[in-house]
Amino acid sequence: MKIKLHVWRQENEKAKGKMESYDLDGVTPDMSFLEMMDLLNEKLIGESIEPVAFDHDCREGVCGACSMVVNGEAHGPQRETTTCQLYMRHFNDGAEIYVEPWRSAAFPVVRDLTVDRSAFDRIIQAGGFISNHSGPKPEPNSIPIEPGVAETALDAASCIGCGACVAACPNGSAMLFTAAKVSHLGMLPQGQTERYDRVKNMTTQMEEEGFGSCRNYAECEAQCPKGISIAFIGRMNSDYLKASLAEPVDRRGKMHAQ
Amino acid sequence: MKRLKLLFASSIGKKFVAAVTGLIMFGFLLGHAAGHMKIFTGAGADGVPHIDHYGQFLKDFGAPALPPMIALWGARLMLLGSVILHVVAVLMLSDQNKKARPVDYVKKKRAAASPAALYMMVTGTLILAFIVLHILHFTTGNLPMLGKHVHGEVYNNMARSFSQWWVAIPYLIMMVIIGFHLYHGVWSLFQTLGLDNPDRNALLRGFAIVFAIGVTATFCLIPLSFMFGGEPAVDNEGMNRIYEYTHDKLSSH
Amino acid sequence: MLTLDAKLPTGPINEAWTNHKDQLRLVGPKNRPKYKVLVIGSGLSGASAAASIGAMGYQVDCFCFQDSPRRAHSIAAQGGINASKNYRNDGDSTWRLFVDTQKGGDFRAREQNVYRLAELSTAIIDQAVSQGVPFAREYGGKLANRSFGGVLVERTFYCRGETGQQLLLGAYSALEEQIAAKSVTMHTRTEVMDYVIIDGKVRGVISRNLVTGELTRHVADAVILATGGYGNVFYLSTNAKNCNVTALMRAYRRGAGFANPCYTQIHPTSIPASGDYQSKLTLMSESLRNDGRIWVPRKEDESRKPADIPEEDRYYYLEERYPRYGNLVPRDVAARNAKDVCDKGMGVGPTGYGVYLDFGAAIESKGADAVKSKYANLFEMYHRITDDDPTQTPMRIFPAVHYTMGGLWVDYNLMTTVPGMFAVGEANFADHGANRLGASSLMQCLADGYFIIPVTVGDYLSRMDKDTITTDHPEFAKIETEVQDGIKKLLSIKGKRSTNSIHRELGKIMWEHCGISRSEKSLKGGLEKIPALREEFFNDVRVLGEDESMNQSLEHAGRVQDFLDFGELMCRDGLLRDESCGCHFREEHVTPEGEAKRNDDDFAFTSVFEYAGPGKDAVLNKEPLNFEALPLMTRNYKS
Repeated sequence: MKIKLHVWRQENEKAKGKMESYDLDGVTPDMSFLEMMDLLNEKLIGESIEPVAFDHDCREGVCGACSMVVNGEAHGPQRETTTCQLYMRHFNDGAEIYVEPWRSAAFPVVRDLTVDRSAFDRIIQAGGFISNHSGPKPEPNSIPIEPGVAETALDAASCIGCGACVAACPNGSAMLFTAAKVSHLGMLPQGQTERYDRVKNMTTQMEEEGFGSCRNYAECEAQCPKGISIAFIGRMNSDYLKASLAEPVDRRGKMHAQ
Repeated sequence: MKRLKLLFASSIGKKFVAAVTGLIMFGFLLGHAAGHMKIFTGAGADGVPHIDHYGQFLKDFGAPALPPMIALWGARLMLLGSVILHVVAVLMLSDQNKKARPVDYVKKKRAAASPAALYMMVTGTLILAFIVLHILHFTTGNLPMLGKHVHGEVYNNMARSFSQWWVAIPYLIMMVIIGFHLYHGVWSLFQTLGLDNPDRNALLRGFAIVFAIGVTATFCLIPLSFMFGGEPAVDNEGMNRIYEYTHDKLSSH
Repeated sequence: MLTLDAKLPTGPINEAWTNHKDQLRLVGPKNRPKYKVLVIGSGLSGASAAASIGAMGYQVDCFCFQDSPRRAHSIAAQGGINASKNYRNDGDSTWRLFVDTQKGGDFRAREQNVYRLAELSTAIIDQAVSQGVPFAREYGGKLANRSFGGVLVERTFYCRGETGQQLLLGAYSALEEQIAAKSVTMHTRTEVMDYVIIDGKVRGVISRNLVTGELTRHVADAVILATGGYGNVFYLSTNAKNCNVTALMRAYRRGAGFANPCYTQIHPTSIPASGDYQSKLTLMSESLRNDGRIWVPRKEDESRKPADIPEEDRYYYLEERYPRYGNLVPRDVAARNAKDVCDKGMGVGPTGYGVYLDFGAAIESKGADAVKSKYANLFEMYHRITDDDPTQTPMRIFPAVHYTMGGLWVDYNLMTTVPGMFAVGEANFADHGANRLGASSLMQCLADGYFIIPVTVGDYLSRMDKDTITTDHPEFAKIETEVQDGIKKLLSIKGKRSTNSIHRELGKIMWEHCGISRSEKSLKGGLEKIPALREEFFNDVRVLGEDESMNQSLEHAGRVQDFLDFGELMCRDGLLRDESCGCHFREEHVTPEGEAKRNDDDFAFTSVFEYAGPGKDAVLNKEPLNFEALPLMTRNYKS
């Protein structure tokens, strides 16, 4: 197969980037998209052109490192598939392919197709955990969890933190990522104590990072490689409203009866 | 109040405000559409169309506990407040969203978003402009060029305007645009308020579709019926006035 | 020679860890912030260690080369985690888990370590659940279990096929909690380049910022290596692309003993490579062998489609060679036989290195829907990768390098031969012997990180005299210059070959000479080819770009350079271990049934290699293994 690639090249965060075009021959249908990028890099090295930098690691769809917008869609045209699990057989011979980095103010480009996603880590730092020490713990079967609840929590916890939701959202919103973590912990009995503080703190951090707002487009859900449902966004909204309007109210102190 | 202020500071809070105000306006639209169905019920024994009685009923609502017009003005102020909050919240969100993606994609493709969702800002702006014109047209009567306005003659005012195709057609178009806005907005508000979930999603999505189409269709019936003259004129004097008016206009030009 | 004092506890094995722990010295809460501990790597063992130690009050700096600690390859573990909770009431106990692990490791691990691992297994589940890891539950809401890896009890806890991901996210969230609390400082996109040894103790590291290329000196009182395994020396493995041996090799060159480098676990059912461009291999669960029949065409260079090949031309080699177990022979036997038939030219697929796993018979007897529903996600994954539907045409599978049991030698406190330098998780050699039992890698990482290292590191620090060493110490400048020179050297070669092409070639050498089965001849051949390739690397590698910016080829070149040295060490170990044990299969030592034949009289020891300087052969040290609690026995899968 022959492919015409248009790839975003940018030396570093401050440099001005642009799309560069490359013709690539010798692509086979059984190559993964990243193997096609490897082939491009081999070719570029042969021509003494610096290879294209891109994040990748596990190449089996779970680490969340790979992050390419392929022909306008995060992780490309296959649904529920990361870029590393996208195969060239889904493209035609002679296809023109546009490869761009995640675009978000909160994800500055580091180089070429790599972006800085530390904003996600900071959202987790704001409350995406159950406060804990390592040491003796209660017997886990002493707190039964309904399997449906555990499964739904696992649906949310399947988020791989790749950032496709942000890249896909026309508003660059991180609601799906944040909602997935808030819901995972907020649904489980272990996560109840911090539930309302968590949702407030995590969403506050999300705003500070410069992500956009949710307009219920559902692009995030459609382009999420793990197919995480926007139902979790609704759930987070509900928790957030409760947290802001009702839940953690100071009800201590004396009262007047007459 | 402090809680509300803090809430409004966040994007989810602004969305909440937009959803609640949207819900209020949606409620108004339902009432507005239902009330206007009186156009098709003809006239009372006194020869005054039902819709005119309905107009008077709204003005007198709450009487005698409240002086006339007070309840109406209360409702109007609430609607005005809703419009303002809705617009302010949405504009602030829109500004945040623009800043969130300073560099856009060279190649863009949408996988899920409906045109209704993508063009909410466009339809919203058009609707805002329409609301202003609509009030000037039928409430205050400041746009006589669209049809002579006589306070209290609800039926005739409409009849005079909508029997002219160049008034009716833009209204029809606007109704479709409102339908689009509702198609996304009505479902979206449930999601924003955290009321949707996969269990009731089909129901709420269906609700939004039915009401978007229903409201649009209901409102479209009005100009259509006048355009095609399906509705018998109940007030000959009024009809005469139309002819006089158009004659005046034509001759003055 | 290295001093290999394993500091093993004495007394009954079931009380050993408790007694040992009680003897360890403690550091008081007020003093802990005075100590700096570096954790290299943020996978299961690294994140759990950094979080636990940080929560105790020590100052921790944690490093990872990925953009976030959540990406470490522990995330890819699918199956589950063992714990001897005995929730099923099927007779499980700490002792049984210990026995299974020790037998699985073919008696090449220290029994005290293995027992401790089994003992800590239950606490790991408690810890993970308290962090919100959503393990599978039964209808009553209690934790569910499944059986795994051919043991006789159901003790494996799981979250669908993403147990590793969920456990890692648990450890990651604990780590992020400590980062927020400012007890841990995280350095992402940062690679540790070398260690600074002062007065015989590790006192710091030199790190490189992978975005700016900047080198930074870090002073430390203790350094914990949690850098994972080195399967990528074979280029193609189930490891993540960036997994590497650099941190371990550089520790080795600074004096840490490297134990059992040749022990490599090869998984029999992975999706085969489809061409030379292949960058990694994807595992398919072994459970497929329950319903699939493995075969190859009898004829070499068969060109017919599998469906068109009649029964008499199909060679069901496992069923023919092992009539009792058939397709369910142990992992290593299945792997060796697959390679054997492919080497004989009967392999299938574009590369000739693949065998059929055929569900035709199962579909005929149970129906397509039943088979499909049983393996739904696996069939879907296979279809996604290969575009073949396993219900229509047989799957193609081939063995793949999966896990490395070897690693830095550590004592019972997980400290290497360099004082102050610890190794946890897959990076150490301690618990799995010559082969790892299924669902025990997650267990080992978390036992090390949550429960062992937090107490043993304190014991070391409490014995340390607090001094005033800073980054101005001349040794820091010296090592930094060495690192800088190394980078400059790679950039200055300006040859013709890409780092990737050399890595791929090394992988082929390793697979051929030190892969599924090894012989004196193959290993010696490897020892000849690797130095030649290394020479080619240093003469002809082309690393473009500069040091002062993000440069992924430069990163890779540094890692390939260490893989080249390491490959040689691996072959040397394989050659010296003139027996078959666990995953180390020497063709010279086979039982009449084709099983690995151990030689306990001569090889019941851990091989620990000591760096002897550039260009010199590593020195072999031996740590003898004693088997008192569980006497030596021979594994037997035949009856």
